[in-house]
Amino acid sequence: MGLESLQRNFLTARVEDLVKWARSNSIWPATFGLACCAIEMMGTGAAHYDLSRWGMEIFRASPRQADLMIVAGRVSQKMAPVLRQVYDQMVEPKWVISMGVCASTGGMFNNYAIVQGVDQIVPVDVYVPGCPPGPETLMHGILTLYDQIKSGEILRRRTETPSGGAGIQIDQHDGVPVA
Amino acid sequence: MSDRVTEPEQVRLEAQTDEGAQELRPLEGEARSRELVLTGGPWPDADDTMILNMGPQHPSTHGVLRIMMELDGETVLRAKPVVGYLHTGMEKTGEELTYVQGATNVTRMDYAAPLSNELVYSMAVERLLDLELPPRATWIRMLLVELNRVSSHLLFQATNGMDLGAVSMMIYGWREREFALRVLETITGLRMNHNFIRPGGVAADLPDGWQEDVLELCDLVERGVNEYNELLSDNPIWRERTVGIGVLTTDEALALGATGPILRSTGFAWDLRRAQPYLAYDDVEFDVIYTQNGDVFDRYQIRLYEILESLKIVRQCVERIPPGDYRVQDRKVTPPPRARIDESMEALIHHFKLFTEGFHVPAGETYVAIESPRGEIGCYLVADGTSKPVRLHIRAPSFYNLQSMDAMVPGGMFADAVAIVSSIDPIMGEVDR
Amino acid sequence: MADSADEPREDVHEPGPPPPPDDEVAAAVLAGFPGACFVDSHGQSVVYVGRAQWRDVTAFLRDEQRFTQCVDLTAVDHLVDVERAVPPGVAPERYEVVANFLSYPRNRRLRVICEVPAGEPEVTSIADLYPSLAFAEREVYDLFGIDFTGHRDIARILMPDDWIGHPLRKDDAPARVPVTFKEDPGPR
Repeated sequence: MGLESLQRNFLTARVEDLVKWARSNSIWPATFGLACCAIEMMGTGAAHYDLSRWGMEIFRASPRQADLMIVAGRVSQKMAPVLRQVYDQMVEPKWVISMGVCASTGGMFNNYAIVQGVDQIVPVDVYVPGCPPGPETLMHGILTLYDQIKSGEILRRRTETPSGGAGIQIDQHDGVPVA
Repeated sequence: MSDRVTEPEQVRLEAQTDEGAQELRPLEGEARSRELVLTGGPWPDADDTMILNMGPQHPSTHGVLRIMMELDGETVLRAKPVVGYLHTGMEKTGEELTYVQGATNVTRMDYAAPLSNELVYSMAVERLLDLELPPRATWIRMLLVELNRVSSHLLFQATNGMDLGAVSMMIYGWREREFALRVLETITGLRMNHNFIRPGGVAADLPDGWQEDVLELCDLVERGVNEYNELLSDNPIWRERTVGIGVLTTDEALALGATGPILRSTGFAWDLRRAQPYLAYDDVEFDVIYTQNGDVFDRYQIRLYEILESLKIVRQCVERIPPGDYRVQDRKVTPPPRARIDESMEALIHHFKLFTEGFHVPAGETYVAIESPRGEIGCYLVADGTSKPVRLHIRAPSFYNLQSMDAMVPGGMFADAVAIVSSIDPIMGEVDR
Repeated sequence: MADSADEPREDVHEPGPPPPPDDEVAAAVLAGFPGACFVDSHGQSVVYVGRAQWRDVTAFLRDEQRFTQCVDLTAVDHLVDVERAVPPGVAPERYEVVANFLSYPRNRRLRVICEVPAGEPEVTSIADLYPSLAFAEREVYDLFGIDFTGHRDIARILMPDDWIGHPLRKDDAPARVPVTFKEDPGPR
């Protein structure tokens, strides 16, 4: 069940629009604040930069109840399996925003301990740059995601690129080729 | 009515209407033959304990701390914190970055009070260089670190309130914190992870009109703090959840390495700003806040009143900050003013060398400690005459404070464990580095 | 504390010149533990002791000199040092284990350093004397591979349990990944 399994024709167009509108208008994020970006994410949810305007003020602790995982902060090697497990527990449709440069590409920590980009582990829909991105940048990223959901672009993209993400390949680590 | 109906019909009728039925009717046919059989075991009996994992992803906003607890019903028998989920290899990265770049790395350790990290690192580098700073630089640093203490303690109030169920505290604490972050943004350029306190001084002078901004901030925050005090300190629910919970004695705190508000809550008034003054702390008046009981309520109160003490220091800075240089004019450490680069070849080369290769620090080692909002933060720096450190180690207060969980959590209830961890105020960025 | 004066002191194999009078703690350590060396490092007192004396010196500081807390325990890997400031009388080894002590009642600090050879990276644990070092010793073991004999729970703390290698050693690569860009012909 889900929008993806509907046979698309002119009859279902209105239904699709309704579903896309409903999906985008109250996305509940999962709490996945890791490091400094989490502080800015909390700031975005607080009074000055209210996320509640878009129905997102409740950060659901249980991934089963969440639609959006904002990976806010650097993902270490020890945390990577946990990240994947939480992503797997989320129910479709689900989206991932990679907040900050550490989550997007490893950021300033290009070393053994940090996963160089969370898209090595989960497919990312929107990358929000910054170290940390200010609340306005994060809101811009979230609204970009909303537009993409409303226009259906995300669903189209998902079917085209099954892996999702930026498709960056890591071929070698310090001269040793990765198998 | 049942006399006129045959036996099977009667059963059917009764089975369909269970309104007012006092017992469940047995099911007919196939459903009846199903039996549920429990396999497995051994099943826990009354005195078996349960191991519970409070995993690295949980709604308590203290980052990625994992706590394994052994529970007997609601009582915690043992609690073991598992850390390392945010290990970033910052100390290794610190060996790859020059001394000029080092502050950008160090500032991301304790991300709630980044200026404290930068300060302790810069002081360590300056100690190895035997640099003496102009007075204005030290006063600017003191102003910034105290503003950072205010914003960090406001963060504590917000997250502590939310963890204990006062969810609106999250909004109130952040409301005041935003004002502080705006002032820091006008001064340093960034809301967080400022990279402003650098070896040699600070990156830039204070902007025009900063005094009005800072004084306005002081009034706003003071109003907010009084609001929190009214909301929480006499609130019976708050007191039930915090008074007498997580009691720590001075001996336990000292043995387990706790410093900062945790140590001060046990009745031991130790604050590095008074005991081993640095910057210009021996020149300003402020009180060291300490309490006697060592429980969660005390730590909340200490951090609340420390905000007011920091505002006192900030006001004194506004009045008494001396004029002068905001950074030492030693050509070895300080880049030339940007305008000079267009005019002088020498300035250009100097600038280039400083930002590509960095300055060299003579061989030696030192340990510098200051009082961050979480306790004693120290920087152990070993140099070997090149432009990159041999070893950059930060003694993170939360790394040691977390061990005091061992004395506080066992014996209490599970819900109190959340309150206790929240009152320790760990920041996982500095625990794991 | 004293003003900065970083002159390394003379070797103390035979009774040499005594340490400066305002640091009686260092004097007591030197008197009680032959072979220890004292250095004034930018105004801070540092004592170098041998591995065999590590635990005894710590017990002495805690019990007799009232050093209430060991604020920090860490290690340094000197494999690729360009220049190294080691006082005469101390045989430099690859690793150094460094402990910073703080005495609250006397309001003073002392740093104690011991050299640890690469071939035998182990030191006696002092975590039972100072329980605050339980985590710190695990961290040094995790990141440097220096074993602390007698520690009740020595295990990795920051890296995953199945990690191979000790990241902060100088011969353990930082594992920098070359920055790649989409549609770039090759890694930069």
